Amino acid sequence: MAKIVIDPVTRIEGHLKIECTVENGVVKDAWATGNLFRGLELILKGRDPRDAQIIAQRICGVCPQSHGIAATLNLDSAFGIADKIPDNGRIIRNLIHGAHVVQDNILHFYHLAALDYVNVADVAKYSGNDSQLNSVKDFIQRGALEPFLPRYEGDYRLPPEVNQQCVAHYVKALEIRRVGHEAVSIFSGKIPHSVGVVPGGVTSTPTVDNIMAYIWKIKILQDFVNSVYIPDVLAVAKAYGDYASIGVGCKNLLSYGGYDQDGKSPDYAIRERLFKQGTVGADLKPAPLDMSKITEQVRHSWYEDASSNLHPSHGDTRPQYGKSGAYSWAKAPRYDGKVYEVGPLARVAVTYAKGDPKMKELVDGSLKELKAPPAVLFSVLGRHLARALSAKFTVDSLEAWALSLKPGEPAYVEYQLPEEAAGMGIIEGSRGALGHWIEIKNGKIHSYQAVVPTTWNVSPMDDKGQHGPIEKALIGTKVKDEKNPFEVVRIVRSFDPCIACAVHFVTPKGRDIGQYRVV
Amino acid sequence: MVKELPVIYFQASACTGCAVSMLNTASPTIKNVLIDQIAPVVHINLKFHPVVMAAAGELAIGVMEDTAKRQKGEYVLVVDGAVPTADGGVYGAVGERSGKPVTMKQRVEELAKDALAVIAMGTCASFGGIPAATPNPTGCLSVQQFFTAKGINKPLINIPGCPPHPDWFVGTVAGIILNGLPKRGELDDFLRPRAYYGKLIHENCPRRAYFDEGKFAKKFGEDGCLYELGCKGPITHADCPLRKWNSGTNWVIGCGAPCNGCTQPEFPDETAPFYEKLVDVDLPVVGAYWANKGVNHG
Repeated sequence: MAKIVIDPVTRIEGHLKIECTVENGVVKDAWATGNLFRGLELILKGRDPRDAQIIAQRICGVCPQSHGIAATLNLDSAFGIADKIPDNGRIIRNLIHGAHVVQDNILHFYHLAALDYVNVADVAKYSGNDSQLNSVKDFIQRGALEPFLPRYEGDYRLPPEVNQQCVAHYVKALEIRRVGHEAVSIFSGKIPHSVGVVPGGVTSTPTVDNIMAYIWKIKILQDFVNSVYIPDVLAVAKAYGDYASIGVGCKNLLSYGGYDQDGKSPDYAIRERLFKQGTVGADLKPAPLDMSKITEQVRHSWYEDASSNLHPSHGDTRPQYGKSGAYSWAKAPRYDGKVYEVGPLARVAVTYAKGDPKMKELVDGSLKELKAPPAVLFSVLGRHLARALSAKFTVDSLEAWALSLKPGEPAYVEYQLPEEAAGMGIIEGSRGALGHWIEIKNGKIHSYQAVVPTTWNVSPMDDKGQHGPIEKALIGTKVKDEKNPFEVVRIVRSFDPCIACAVHFVTPKGRDIGQYRVV
Repeated sequence: MVKELPVIYFQASACTGCAVSMLNTASPTIKNVLIDQIAPVVHINLKFHPVVMAAAGELAIGVMEDTAKRQKGEYVLVVDGAVPTADGGVYGAVGERSGKPVTMKQRVEELAKDALAVIAMGTCASFGGIPAATPNPTGCLSVQQFFTAKGINKPLINIPGCPPHPDWFVGTVAGIILNGLPKRGELDDFLRPRAYYGKLIHENCPRRAYFDEGKFAKKFGEDGCLYELGCKGPITHADCPLRKWNSGTNWVIGCGAPCNGCTQPEFPDETAPFYEKLVDVDLPVVGAYWANKGVNHG
């Protein structure tokens, strides 16, 4: 039996290894290994709870804003002010997060995923007048082709003129996503690792000036999403139609919901949000979100077995590298004991299944154009399409939100730091369902836990031996050429994994940190 | 004939924020950096960068190892992230050799040995940063500490910041291309280019007048100096107030938040709690803190 090992998987965030065994050209078994552990929970222990917002963003520099907001909702809930955030504060958080996630979606499609589908080398044949494309042509002719070569070869299907256009869009998208970050910084100071979102609201105040600056940057993103991003995803989908049935996965989807539409309920699981909370299965029938059903299992992770199958708010996990049968730093979160995929596909599918009229129009319209049934959503192409639709659904909302801000009114409310408290913050981060939990004792962080989107998707086998979503999506896949395993990397990247997120949160309870030595 | 400057961008114990910040470079753009001649007849040949490169797995590692072998002494190594060293380095690995994971510390040692120069990108690589914060669970070292431990003697430039402003990195690389490695006096005692880190945030802060008249904000959203809300501007070296972030759009204090001192070796342990007033600065004499520590920042 042949073995494919891809280490590192590039064009993702962080350090990931994928191993597959292949028999008669079909993936028999697959293992995903998170290859970096940092122990940020240990670092958070004992600190001022407010600092969690700053430090938790450093879980991931690709989606720091998602962590910053999850941490802040977590702190709001621990401080007893989850339902007291002024509307200006709630809305500015949505504006900051929305601009960030939309630029992240664009970055994923063009800069992380596209090189698997688009043949950059076709720009050598370009004969037009576009100065950007001609500079890429010059680059190719000079011959030092990294970082665009080497690459897997043998399955680029777009015609030369479409490849050339997609390369032009790759270059354009670099500029557009930078503008997305500029929009974030209007209200949040800088990004990556922004500073504007704090427990109680935000530090910035709305003015006509910053509202207008924000809106016109957002219009640049919106125009790109509508006129370039979505058409390019559909063009790739048409040329790579077989990927509508490759990488199907577990067909269970989980969404925490995102973008608070009012702040009245202190319970984030039932609060009114733009993207809806809940789960769906293969039948796309929605079920309500029940946070008590989540546990993390570690039978196949490098942590002691005694800490398996606990709810994140009571997690108790200790590193044990080299444990027999274990192969990853990532743990295996499960919902009701079952394997669930999270991400843009999940939030789009849950919002669609719950009957949101605009989401129905978006999803049904795209499926009609592709002449495909809803079942194709569970696939490599389905994930890319859902990410683009998620970007559109978000970016189309931002202008109206910005215009609903009230200059002159507060965006921040004061609070008392509690001595003892517990909190939870849940949102849809760029890559899906993101949850942070905190326990405060003596006014300091006693324990901090994050269960992040990629932990769900890249999870190894659980206590029952069920494979994680990416592993499941790989198993059974036909690999045409083991030397150029396009299918494997296309499946993995369709999930947009973010490994820094996935592998460094364990709860510190009872852990003897003295055992480490510094060499 | 265009000269190719080979660059290996290696990620160790990192969050990728530095790499994303680099994508935000506005002038030159990141496309200019990757594709075009960044200065007359010089092109940066980015051999290895896990976030942008087309290749994966062995194909990618092959390019990295090949560059180190064939272009000895010619390539610039950029290390992003701290180096995990506890328990033999098991907490971080990149790629395999004979079926065994290769630790990040082994990679950094091998790659640094034959580099022309090394740039420590971000506060984790420069000073240890977040993963090396107490209790430093994975034994993370800064590149400089790691080099000292291993007896590696290579020209090293620190570009701290969590993340660094893209200009600080791009400008430093451009400096190497146009003028060669930094000369004596161009770096401060923490190996930071003085061009970017020569002044305190406090020296150029637009809220400085409030500080001088003793008008301090008591809660977010108010006018006044953010000192009592935890601003670390008085001890933090960087040109953020002049350069501003994200194509000059805004910066930390510009959105009403206190500076958290992310370019400093003290980040995060000694610049936290981030929302508590600094304790040991001898005000209002700017720089007294550093003078007391025997550090000349000017």
